[in-house]
Amino acid sequence: MTAVVAAAVAAAPRDRWRAWRRLRRRPAAMVGLVVVAAFVALALAAPWIAPYDPLKTNFLLVRKPPSGLHWMGTDEIGRDVLSRVLWGARASLLAGVVSVAIALAVGVPLGLLSGYVRGWVDGLLMRITDGLLACPALILAIAMAAFLGPSLTNAMIAIGITATPIFIRLTRGQVLAVVVEDYVEAARALGNPHLRIAVRHVLPNVLPPILVQATLAMASAIIAEAALSFLGLGQQPPAPSWGSMLNIARNFIGQAPWMSWWPGLAIVTVVLAFNLLGDGLRDAFDPREG
Amino acid sequence: MGGLLAYIARRAAVAVPTLLVVSFVVFGLQLLLPGDPALALAGEDRDPEVIAYMRRLYHLDEPIWMQYGEWVFRVVRGDLGESIRLKETVGGLVATKLWVTAQLAVLSMLWAVAIGVPAGIVSAVKRDTLWDWSASAIGLAGLSIPNFWLGIMMILLFSVQLGWLPASGYVSPFEDPVGNLAALAMPSFVLGSGIAAVLMRHTRSAMLTVLNADYVRTARAKGLREKRVVRRHALRNALVPVVTLGAIQLGELLGGAVLTEQVFSIPGFGKLIVDAVFNRDYAVVQGVVLTTALLFILLNLAADLLYFLVNPRMRG
Amino acid sequence: MKRLIALAVAATLAAGAAAAQTTLRIGLAEDPDVMDPTTARTFVGRIVFAAVCDKLLDTDKDLNLVPQLATQWKWSDDQKSLTLTLRPNVKFHDGEPMDAAAVKYSLERHLKFPGSRRKGEISQIKAITVIDPLTVRLDLSVPFAPLIAQLTDRAGMIVSPKAAEAMGDKFGSAPVCAGPYRWVERVQQDRIVVERFADYWDKGAVAFDRIVYLPITDATVRLANLQSGQIDMVERVAATDVDTVRKNSRLHLAQVTELGYLGITFNIANGDKAKTPLARDPRVRQAIAAAIDREALNQVVFEGRFNPGNQWVSPQSPWYAKSVPVPKRDVAKAKALLQAAGVPNLSFTLNVPSGNENAQVVQVLQAMLQEAGIDMKLRTLEFATSLQMATKGDFEAYFIGWSGRVDPDGNIWTFVSCEAAQNDSKYCNPELDKWLKEARSTNDRERRMAAYEQAVKVAAQDVPIIYLYHRTWFYGLSGRLQGFRPVPDGLIRIQGLKLG
Repeated sequence: MTAVVAAAVAAAPRDRWRAWRRLRRRPAAMVGLVVVAAFVALALAAPWIAPYDPLKTNFLLVRKPPSGLHWMGTDEIGRDVLSRVLWGARASLLAGVVSVAIALAVGVPLGLLSGYVRGWVDGLLMRITDGLLACPALILAIAMAAFLGPSLTNAMIAIGITATPIFIRLTRGQVLAVVVEDYVEAARALGNPHLRIAVRHVLPNVLPPILVQATLAMASAIIAEAALSFLGLGQQPPAPSWGSMLNIARNFIGQAPWMSWWPGLAIVTVVLAFNLLGDGLRDAFDPREG
Repeated sequence: MGGLLAYIARRAAVAVPTLLVVSFVVFGLQLLLPGDPALALAGEDRDPEVIAYMRRLYHLDEPIWMQYGEWVFRVVRGDLGESIRLKETVGGLVATKLWVTAQLAVLSMLWAVAIGVPAGIVSAVKRDTLWDWSASAIGLAGLSIPNFWLGIMMILLFSVQLGWLPASGYVSPFEDPVGNLAALAMPSFVLGSGIAAVLMRHTRSAMLTVLNADYVRTARAKGLREKRVVRRHALRNALVPVVTLGAIQLGELLGGAVLTEQVFSIPGFGKLIVDAVFNRDYAVVQGVVLTTALLFILLNLAADLLYFLVNPRMRG
Repeated sequence: MKRLIALAVAATLAAGAAAAQTTLRIGLAEDPDVMDPTTARTFVGRIVFAAVCDKLLDTDKDLNLVPQLATQWKWSDDQKSLTLTLRPNVKFHDGEPMDAAAVKYSLERHLKFPGSRRKGEISQIKAITVIDPLTVRLDLSVPFAPLIAQLTDRAGMIVSPKAAEAMGDKFGSAPVCAGPYRWVERVQQDRIVVERFADYWDKGAVAFDRIVYLPITDATVRLANLQSGQIDMVERVAATDVDTVRKNSRLHLAQVTELGYLGITFNIANGDKAKTPLARDPRVRQAIAAAIDREALNQVVFEGRFNPGNQWVSPQSPWYAKSVPVPKRDVAKAKALLQAAGVPNLSFTLNVPSGNENAQVVQVLQAMLQEAGIDMKLRTLEFATSLQMATKGDFEAYFIGWSGRVDPDGNIWTFVSCEAAQNDSKYCNPELDKWLKEARSTNDRERRMAAYEQAVKVAAQDVPIIYLYHRTWFYGLSGRLQGFRPVPDGLIRIQGLKLG
């Protein structure tokens, strides 16, 4: 009996290595992974590789096109666009990471609770989740960002909260599927405490789809930061984020198109990379494609 | 059939607490939002007498639970109140704006289906080839470009440079059907391009599932040509989840067209609510969110029913 | 498509074949609010009113008062009563006569209507007397020179008493006045349509059959509509887009300096945030003013197309005190002043309503102040929130503007006089009050100007507000549109506009 249980518990993690091997076979996903890694590296290295101070203005060099001195040109008050794009990567990636982290930190435990405990707790949580999902997400984010006051931190909180219900739902669904599996039944039969079962046996096995969703949510969060910035609710001056750079740049699309090329390109590239990666992960974890 | 009715009844019963949660969310926001609507509406003059009058007129001086009670009492009788800023009934505003956004949503879905479904099929049938990867990349690109950015770029290209389409605005289809399509062509493409990626993914995975299913294998084994297998057997079954997904996406579009409507100056739901949030026009925010949520629930229900009807296994 | 055809047809038949409908399409920067002259509040709403509701008086490009519904006006010797002679044979859009009774009704409506935003503008009116059908006398509680200028704006708009009575607080959804155009319809956030009023008293000056006003908030998109020929005229072209309009052979540009200003308002005595050297010591505020290069600000952000200023009226205004010119930047002086005030490392927070243009201006200011050793932090707020914080005194400094009034009193009194409604600073200097009161109390232009000159000098010492610049209103027009005469109030007067 014990041997059977041990085998069942051990069986689950092996899938993950198989998933990684499958992921490596998908070139699109690998491109996504490399691009994401490259942008993270650039963001981290910004203080050393940015050629100028991203906040340093030069009133004699206002809206100058790309040149040898300023590879991506200068912005509306004479700052170096390249340096701002590099520093802006920090804000934009942070917007993705932090808001998804918030959504995970709130959503996964609640989903776990809901799916594992069931009963009225589940009923209540699901009604709240339904209600939040029924409200248009961007509008909730706008209202919340307006309530908290315009800033990058508040935008991240607002995006994170609006992304939470999806994770509750997803985790709960996965938990419901997993709790009937043999190894969970077995762990329960052995008399493990509920919390331990939930964290040690259930959680690891519901993670793959959550990981997929988190990657895709990262992509939408970066877009959402840009959207809030478009309405003036994202990163505030003088600090840069790609979204806020794009928001300013749209006023100069005719006279200084380079101001919008680079942050625009950066957003599209990084979001596309997250999406490709997420898509690849989804396929790699998908048992239907064995 | 009895099963179906019971199912609808069960779902409708669940919708009530959901709407209750929505109403709490909406009122919670009103409680939390800084900025006094009376002050926001007083404008730069900020005449104290006007501000006091507005507070009294719109019961802003009452405790929030009383305001909530009054609101619920009115809403169950079908009265969504009056916009402080526009001095029109919220019901009337919602009706006119919903009609505009609905047109935009339907056109966007057309774009999304036209792009997403073929791309998904190609990608599934030619799985793990260059075709698959490029279809995925193009589909995902649509999802990865910020809507407002794509919108402004398209205006510059198609209106200013080429002069093919009007830069912004909305024309009623009854007044000028061609003008209506011309005005909505760009915004609906911008919205549709994002949804296309979602449809593509689902079409692809549904197609893959179906292509591996027994009856398709049987069809193949019987010697049917691949094209025929795809068209006759796989596609029809794969489209079922895609259709239901489409209904859900349509629901999201109703509330999600915010920035696109802003850029293209389309007098729809999104523009209404953004202006309302910034002007603290609570009655409008409440009315619009409630309507959107209701529609979202109804469309989800419709999607489920559709699924229920075509997929007998669910009836158990 | 239809409108293009209409415009093309209009152009071919410009000579006057009356068969074709001519439509003028105007792009607005915002969506107007309620279109009731008594409760309206937005600038953009006034642009539409200019076509629908005539006023007792109008103003020209030099801010002189000119006749509109009133042909003559005369102050009594004690400056406490104003007699207006009305234009004969003027009709409202509903066919009712525009007479002294209607004027009395409209002014009383402004004074008594619940939620009236005009009451504060004309509250000095004590009694309105109909002398004969074309003569009306306004009696004031105190001599109040700025009153007459209020009659060139919404307070001077005369509405049809019959329609106003019938519609009550819904009057704003279809106003009935005596302007050149009558109301047709409004689709919220989409369009306002008006059509030519056949019985307008000055119908010779009106060339278009219809006007369609379209709110298009994004400046780039608004301009794109003009460039692609979808609309014939736009207001508020961005300063940085001026070249785009000028270079386009099918467009032309009109411009005028605004009545209002943009500046920094300091919290002087409103709550705890005023317990700082910034609030207590005028030298600190003088230092900030000295560290700002207004000309460079204008060059960097507005390509030199706006107007640097240092008073509540622009240097182009006839009310500008020439003896106090726009000061040059003086960083050494700024540093010396801070040293003298004992705060060499000044640090404070500027509240900024969100908006791209605002963000640019304050970032430039931040860089300029940094060179004088001043650390100015920026706190961006939504407009509605920023107003509330200002009222509560929750600010050290506030970047805020004013849309401006025809009479200079409207640009200064309410912000700095001791008891005024919008004095968020809680600044109070009896000497300044004395000069401002004197300027209010007389219609003698010389005396008023002399009083304002003294007031400007006091304000320049105390610096409750640093005036930075005055915007230029730029209008983009289709090349065929002719006869547009911009006025500093920024409104679009339809009279005289025609297709060339």
